[in-house]
Amino acid sequence: MSAAATRAAAMVGALVLWAAIAHGNRWLGVVNPVLLPTPIEVGAVAERLIRSGELAQHFLTSLGRIAQGFGLAALAALGLGLLVGICVPLRLMTEPVIEFVRPIPPLAFLPMFLVWFGLGEASKIAFIGYTTFFPMFVAIAASVLRVDVVLLRAAASLGASRADLVRRVMLPAALPGIVVALRVGVGLALFVIVGAEFMGADAGLGHLIMEGRTFFDPAQIVMGALVLGLLGSLLNTLLLTVERRLLRWRAAS
Amino acid sequence: MTGGPKIQIQRVAKSFGAAGRALAEVDLDVAERELVCILGPSGCGKSTLLNIVAGFLTPTTGTVRVDGRAVTGPAPERGVVFQEYALFPWLTVTGNVEFGPLLQSRPAAERKRTVDRYLDLVGLRAHADKFPAQLSGGMKQRVAIARALANEPAVILMDEPFGALDAQTRETLQDELSRIQRVEHKTILFVTHSIREAVYLADRVVVMTSAPGRIKQVFPIKLPEVRDRFAPEFTQYESDITRVVKEEVAKVRE
Amino acid sequence: MASFVSNVSTLVESGLRGPALTRRRALALRLGAVAGFVALWSAAAGLVVLLRLFNPIFLPGPWLVLASLAELAAKGQLWGHVAATLERVAIGFGTGAALGVALGLAAGYLAPIRNVVEPLVEMLRPIPPLAVLPLFIVWVGIGEPSKIGFITYATFFPIFLTTVTGVRQIDPLLLRAAQSLGARGLPLFTRVILPAALPDILTGLRLGVALAFFVIVISEFIGAEQGLGYLINDGRNFFLVPQMLGAAVVLGLLGYAGSELVRLLERRLMRWQHPA
Repeated sequence: MSAAATRAAAMVGALVLWAAIAHGNRWLGVVNPVLLPTPIEVGAVAERLIRSGELAQHFLTSLGRIAQGFGLAALAALGLGLLVGICVPLRLMTEPVIEFVRPIPPLAFLPMFLVWFGLGEASKIAFIGYTTFFPMFVAIAASVLRVDVVLLRAAASLGASRADLVRRVMLPAALPGIVVALRVGVGLALFVIVGAEFMGADAGLGHLIMEGRTFFDPAQIVMGALVLGLLGSLLNTLLLTVERRLLRWRAAS
Repeated sequence: MTGGPKIQIQRVAKSFGAAGRALAEVDLDVAERELVCILGPSGCGKSTLLNIVAGFLTPTTGTVRVDGRAVTGPAPERGVVFQEYALFPWLTVTGNVEFGPLLQSRPAAERKRTVDRYLDLVGLRAHADKFPAQLSGGMKQRVAIARALANEPAVILMDEPFGALDAQTRETLQDELSRIQRVEHKTILFVTHSIREAVYLADRVVVMTSAPGRIKQVFPIKLPEVRDRFAPEFTQYESDITRVVKEEVAKVRE
Repeated sequence: MASFVSNVSTLVESGLRGPALTRRRALALRLGAVAGFVALWSAAAGLVVLLRLFNPIFLPGPWLVLASLAELAAKGQLWGHVAATLERVAIGFGTGAALGVALGLAAGYLAPIRNVVEPLVEMLRPIPPLAVLPLFIVWVGIGEPSKIGFITYATFFPIFLTTVTGVRQIDPLLLRAAQSLGARGLPLFTRVILPAALPDILTGLRLGVALAFFVIVISEFIGAEQGLGYLINDGRNFFLVPQMLGAAVVLGLLGYAGSELVRLLERRLMRWQHPA
């Protein structure tokens, strides 16, 4: 069976299992049925919110924050990552800073960002930017530094200047690693956006989920979580497609 | 351009800090259109010497001149063919071969002519749009040779270019290089550890001592342009050189 | 010293990493850079005060952060918060790890279990664990059980997945060799499968510890009276930024210590991988 078919079958299987547990619980009365929403109930919440346009609004809000925060961080990580390749003092200076900041969970800084930027969009975007910047920068820098020196030598003996070396050798050679770094960044952004939208937000999927808790509506929580998972899958597929186009030369073997 | 030597290596020595002297003083002249092979045991510094001529390393003492001008760094006058091919994996065969001309902003039509000419020379015109990952080792090295030639360098430096290939492909490529040399008449400095290869290709064979390397002996090879590996004269050269090399190999073992 | 930005000669001589530095120089440069970072931070904080750029409460200097931590420590409060956080992490991670390894070994080894569990895991995987936190709160209330349960949930996945991979990637040749030497059933499991899967299991544990510290903060933002996360969020109310930064740094140190512990465990249990 193809990989796609097995995944589809697994999803259907999981859905069936979920329905079985939820409906079974309804029937046997093991726990309060409100706590264990059935797929149908979750679907109903989704329908309601789609009709009112709220779901689209929250979805786009979260997506917008991710796009902006991640976008800024990616540009910075790419620029700095390439620079680290040609500027040894820069590399030596940034490494310890990274080591210092890296062990601290980004979410620990969320309240700081709320203090610094208030409760609006800026704090969420800045937070996502901060969270995704460091891991992406580290990965991109590592990928740049791994570029085989023999490729640099080959290009230089064909007449490459320093700018040529950066543009025509370092960048394409590091591209596979850069794409991986971007994928990690997107994953991380998705991971923390929820947390960022739990506090001090009045829009977004995370807020929707928190609302489900406030109004004691587990079905809304589950729906929000599933939509989030969907967003993640979509972004991941998008990135994989981009990767495949940029790295055609790798598949050609 | 005068009638002086194409490559002048004058009193070149190299030390690597704590690792000690890799190369003791080397003096060598390579005439235009000459193919000189540098031969020696592992660690004798022959690759170091080539890297210095290429401009990838700076000598601790001494200078290298090509066409009378001192070498200060890598430049298109000195094309290099590496043992690991060093083809750019994200470019096609065409992309690789036209890399040098592209850097020099040659117009597209001229670049196409150049690429076609040199791919024909190495017999890979049919594979122009393939990526390096789709090529065999022998084919990759031929692309590398075409790439170096397409840039019309004054000299070509080859660092054990056939070392990563199996014996069969190796001999095929030696034949190829010999044929190409008869057409192009380039000045070539060729590093190898195969005596057979050196005798087959070289106008002169330079045997180096073990580390710190210096020139032990130079063998001019008086054989016809197209060589027979089984001719008695050929095997005579082989055994003469082998004897000299073995002395140095024994020293390394001690 | 070579130019600030490497030129072509430097690039082709030693590649992009630059010339290898002696250990002493490298260490000196590292320490210098950390000191530089702290100096830069102090300078920035000082400038804010001197030039009245903005309310200095937003960028307290490192001395203020240390002072805040020292004060909390002296009052004896810091330890309570540290203990609360560590306790939640320990119990949550411990449970998640136990479940993850146990279920992972079973699923890795026995196809029927795998076929039941994997679809569930695949479905839950794209959903960020944080999204499930409110569900835990709704189910079990806002107290300790929801926090610990949440950490268990979050850490379960990477540990389960790496354990399954660890079991499944075992070279069948190894198993056949062991069986032909007479190993069956339980001894085969404990003496061959478990050690062979150990590297992957330990990697999963390391990821789990990092993840546990990663997510504990947010669960301590909501409905907690104790814990480093609580300290951070509570600082918001009175703009106690030094406290917020201090608690974050302590959390970072704890997370680092946790990862190092697993790394130490890795090195002891897998001495065969590092004979040197």
